Amino acid sequence: MATTTGPDSAQAPGVVGATQLHGIGVGRGGVVGPVAQVRPAPQVPADAAVLIDGVPAGPDEVRGAVEAAFADVADRLRRESGRAPGVLAGVLAATAEMAADPALRAKVLARMDDGDGAVGAITIVVAEFAAMFEQAGGYLAERVTDLRSVRDRVIAEIVGLPAPGVPHLTEPSVVVALDLAPADTAALDLTMVLAIVTEQGGPTGHTAIIARQLGLPCVVQTAGATELADGVVVAVDAVAGIVTVDPGDDLRSEFDRRSRLEQSFADDVAPGASSDGAPFGLLGNIGTAADAARLTDSPVEGVGLFRTEVLFLDRVTAPTVEEQAGVYAEVLRSLAGRKVVVRTLDAGADKPLAFAHQSDEPNPALGIRGYRLVRTMPELLDTQLEALARAEQETGIKAWVMAPMIATPAEARDFAAAARAKGLSMVGVMVEIPAAALRAKEILAEVDFVSLGTNDLAQYAMAADRTLGELGDLLDPWQPAVLDLVAMTARAGLDVGKPVGVCGESASDPLLALVLAGFGVTTLSMSASAVPAVRYSLRRHSTSQLQDIAGAARAAGSAPGARAAALALVDDEVRMALQL
Amino acid sequence: MAEQTVVIASKAGLHARPAALFTQAAARSGLVVRIAKGAMGPVDAASILQVMTLGAALGDTVTLSVEGPDEDRVLDELVTMLATDLDAVQS
Repeated sequence: MATTTGPDSAQAPGVVGATQLHGIGVGRGGVVGPVAQVRPAPQVPADAAVLIDGVPAGPDEVRGAVEAAFADVADRLRRESGRAPGVLAGVLAATAEMAADPALRAKVLARMDDGDGAVGAITIVVAEFAAMFEQAGGYLAERVTDLRSVRDRVIAEIVGLPAPGVPHLTEPSVVVALDLAPADTAALDLTMVLAIVTEQGGPTGHTAIIARQLGLPCVVQTAGATELADGVVVAVDAVAGIVTVDPGDDLRSEFDRRSRLEQSFADDVAPGASSDGAPFGLLGNIGTAADAARLTDSPVEGVGLFRTEVLFLDRVTAPTVEEQAGVYAEVLRSLAGRKVVVRTLDAGADKPLAFAHQSDEPNPALGIRGYRLVRTMPELLDTQLEALARAEQETGIKAWVMAPMIATPAEARDFAAAARAKGLSMVGVMVEIPAAALRAKEILAEVDFVSLGTNDLAQYAMAADRTLGELGDLLDPWQPAVLDLVAMTARAGLDVGKPVGVCGESASDPLLALVLAGFGVTTLSMSASAVPAVRYSLRRHSTSQLQDIAGAARAAGSAPGARAAALALVDDEVRMALQL
Repeated sequence: MAEQTVVIASKAGLHARPAALFTQAAARSGLVVRIAKGAMGPVDAASILQVMTLGAALGDTVTLSVEGPDEDRVLDELVTMLATDLDAVQS
């Protein structure tokens, strides 16, 4: 009983009496570590006193104290920039220069000379620059956040408050925040983050997505989290959604056991397979060349989904053939011959692009998006295929290419013809529209492989907008109708002997992965951090067990029923280890 | 005073990292460096906020002026910087 975890652990011996905060868990892990609070911006009056070592500064010391504060903040930001990776380093370097800006400082001091308080002067001068940036719009408007973070840091410094924003972590810590802004997440030293706990945010929000991607345990909507003192030790249970303050020895050893187990999953780097040796390709999803570089030493068999749209976002014009070819070549080289499936531009609906925006569509999700952009902007696909062909030639490494949002065998045929005309030889399409799943055999006759996108497949099968959290029950990939479509597609693949993959979050669920494998899906692509648990789960079941599990799920009458039916047939050790 | 026009070569224009590198260099020179774009400016080239508000994008022409000892050498250096794609240069 002492090893019981999950929601019941509140009653486990040794835990009684400990303070627990409840939220919504994201991910599977559990860790114990000290709290590091991400501080909100300081709220102080415009005429607050400037402090030097905790004592109000004299009239002739105030100017010097303010100048020193700007300089200190600039120095700290420069040091953070030096440690930061890639794009973030550039953003932080520019933010450091804002703090060091002579014009900003001169204007603040001039206002103080005219009688303004230091806090008020900084607030007003920053607001003036921010207004100018916002008026300019575009890139400059986005930099307003950086400017305000300079303001908050300098104000905190002069009134003696702890620096707002992400703390500099000196030991592995549990990061706690009201909610993490994207910039906060970017500024975190991820090698020092054990877990993320937020008081706000939702299970599908930005923080949760990032945590999932990084494989970090996360609990969101945790009331009272921001009141935890810095340094207090907490146990974060992402499965149960519980944060326990000052955990007792029993709970600590339980978490130790869990982390040893996680480590043992991670240590297994053998190819994905069932217990009787049927192979399953376990692949990673990526969006950038940097993501691919991170997979170099990761025990994945390649990339099952390279979302090329990341290259196109935030741009006024499409990237050129040369630019795209460079990125694709970099990705192919990073994976050094492992499989790489490149998805052509999937824009439109909830992923708008400035240069490919269809402004007058009443239902963008049902409009010109994904592969359908060939109807209005054929040059986009042509450029992309050309770039991919060049990357193949340049690296001598073969790429797999697939188109999103294919509805008919004719579209699959047209796409395959376009790709093969460029010299690309492994051509596939996404199955994410029910029509494509129903006609998977005819589609597979035109291409070399298909890959299921279960999020969109559920959206279109259930007529439920995937961005609407309140329809989450309908968008559940366990919905029997969605499972039927997946099973039909997998069956078609088995019949014609061509690979059928699933790329998307449903492949990362170690229980649902068993069902997908049982249907006959041959590859599962997910965030790389999810691979170890899926590998372990698959390895503990035989082909016939996988088929039984899949059959039981499909025979159920509802999504929760399907999950329960699958779970009932899962190996006990897997159920315990993964806390399914 | 030394003055020269130059076409911005950084893909992102004079923003973020390119702007930071340029304003640092201008400040390090210790001279009075000013930059103008069309009717905008000239502004203090050591002020990243003012430089950014010029909104100088890839391909825009800006006018750089430097005043002080050794102004020709400093102008040369800064012009070279602006004519380089600073985003592509690894730090």
